[in-house]
Amino acid sequence: MNREGVTSFLSSLVVLAIGLLVGFFILLFTNPANALQAFARILTFGFSSMRNIGDVLLGATPIIMTGLSVAFAFKTGLFNIGATGQFAFGGIVAILIGLNFQETPDGLRIIFALVAATSAGALWGAIPGVLKAFRNVHEVISSIMTNYISMFFVVFLIERYAFLAVENRSASLPSNSNLPTLGFENIFREEFRPGVYWTSQVNVGILIAIAAAVLMYIILEKTTFGYELKACGFNKDAAKYAGISQNRNIIASMIISGALAGLGGGMLYMSGTVHMGVGNVLLPYGFTGISVAFLGLNNPIGIIFSGALISHLFLGGARTQVLGFPLEVVEIMISVIIYFCAFVFLMKTFLGRKIISKFFKRGEKS
Amino acid sequence: MTMPIFYSIMHWTVYIMIPLMVVALGGLFSEKSGVINIALEGKMILGAFSGTMFIHHVQRVWEISMPAWLLLALTLLIATATGIIVSLAHAYASINLKANQVISGIAINMFAAAFAIYGAHAMINTQHIHFTNVMRIDSVPLLGRIPFFGPMLFQNTYFTSLLGIIILVASAFVLYKTKFGLRLRACGEHPQAADSVGVSVAKMRYSGVILSGALAGMGGVLYIVPIASAFSGSVAGYGFLALAVLIFGAWKPQRIFFAALFFGLMLSMAAQYSAIPFLRDLGIHANFFRMTPYVATLIVLALTSKNTLAPKAIGQPYDKGGR
Repeated sequence: MNREGVTSFLSSLVVLAIGLLVGFFILLFTNPANALQAFARILTFGFSSMRNIGDVLLGATPIIMTGLSVAFAFKTGLFNIGATGQFAFGGIVAILIGLNFQETPDGLRIIFALVAATSAGALWGAIPGVLKAFRNVHEVISSIMTNYISMFFVVFLIERYAFLAVENRSASLPSNSNLPTLGFENIFREEFRPGVYWTSQVNVGILIAIAAAVLMYIILEKTTFGYELKACGFNKDAAKYAGISQNRNIIASMIISGALAGLGGGMLYMSGTVHMGVGNVLLPYGFTGISVAFLGLNNPIGIIFSGALISHLFLGGARTQVLGFPLEVVEIMISVIIYFCAFVFLMKTFLGRKIISKFFKRGEKS
Repeated sequence: MTMPIFYSIMHWTVYIMIPLMVVALGGLFSEKSGVINIALEGKMILGAFSGTMFIHHVQRVWEISMPAWLLLALTLLIATATGIIVSLAHAYASINLKANQVISGIAINMFAAAFAIYGAHAMINTQHIHFTNVMRIDSVPLLGRIPFFGPMLFQNTYFTSLLGIIILVASAFVLYKTKFGLRLRACGEHPQAADSVGVSVAKMRYSGVILSGALAGMGGVLYIVPIASAFSGSVAGYGFLALAVLIFGAWKPQRIFFAALFFGLMLSMAAQYSAIPFLRDLGIHANFFRMTPYVATLIVLALTSKNTLAPKAIGQPYDKGGR
């Protein structure tokens, strides 16, 4: 493994460790008696049974997608804060298709829903992209605006076309519109009484997410298109001088970024686990995706792992509520991790020097 | 449309416009010194949190009775102080550690959102911080009785509205008529030049960010007090709308006033559309009205961002080697 990779990985770990430490202090401050137990639970719950491992994978799927979305845009020099809105829009489109079109064969309907969700996200992502490319509008603000517009629009669509009024949420999809579980239910389950199981609802979504990550890696690292996108990200003017079209790349990047988030949204609501609420609040998945992206150092493969890790932390964190801790503790831990991610690059330089002196001096002759 | 509804819309316009304007002015100070301030939302949230938590405690936990003006003054002080403290973290990351300013700003926003909910749970066992609004002035003596303008501007009002205007005038004065303001602006346009005549770019930028935190923290209280009876951890994206006001206002205090007024009017009408028979009878879902300010922001930004008037050195950590 080269020096760059080692320092990146180590910086990520250091940042993670600091975030966890701060989180532990917050736990300690809130409820000293149970803090250690809660901390242990956050760290280990995700491994504690096959069912929980399955749930970690299930939870990782949407945030890997939004993480890829944010990271892809970031690699090309753009901040896609609009992942939440793109995610929601993709979600409602998938729900609407899943609830209707019953005459179409199941497999076809599912694929159609996924494609439509991806396109919806792409369309939504294009808005800040076009505004930036042609009107020089700062993409952070325009994407935040599209987040709110999406939120209001999606709630309207739910209330008008997909509402389950008695429970004040979006209607459940018929099971034939959900993503297939491919036999995972036989692997990711826990026997708590002979013959009786708690089963995870993990489905093909995690495989799609991993495939998307690999695809993004290939695009960014192995294609000319990806190279041009990254060039625009590193140095706009140099790229322009080299003849690379700014506008096309900004828009393409936001479209891909939006598509990833939209697909994530579609997959989440086709898992039979959660529903869309009508409370006019922004979904958290987009913002968690920012954490996943930065913790994974904006590397698609790294994001698979950081997504799994953050899902793991959230799963454990949810289980600390019974010990007397609010759910937000994990969110705070994660936001601290992000804050330190802002100087993960600084840490890389610092660690880089240390590693040179420790390990590489032996191997390298100057 | 009847007069009471008209006055009500005007009141809400003011309630919304003042925090937007104050927070935008905070963003102005930061950005004029060269630091992008995406963290305004987070600072507003934490300011609103500490302010409303203080009021809550005074009114319902400690049960101290104090005159409304004192309560308001102390609350504003606390919110401002909170904003300043948070800004220090932001400033340290952006200026000393030369971190990416958008990332550190996003981190603060995420932290603030989570902390407001966590802190409320930890301190009063619920996410919603309730308070009793004793600061509303039903009618300003004498001025409230002027026909037409009286009910519009001087009834159902708050001292903070006047405070907002004072801050606007003070900001314009400080930025354009003082040495400090000139140096601040220099650091945002051409930090190397400022450095070469002995201005400490880091100190100026710290000032800019701290001022933005102070005003944004105050803005959080200015936002929540007139319009709600509880703070639930969110400022509905007003920190970002304030950035839009800043951009629409072309980074100039006078234009920021009008930009804030425009947004205030739009948001006010969106919130009150059901009281306007013409709009209510159109049969359009409420959310389309709620969307309008954000759509309007997009349109406004599309029309005004083309030739951006942002300070030239904004967003770039100052590197002495560039001289």
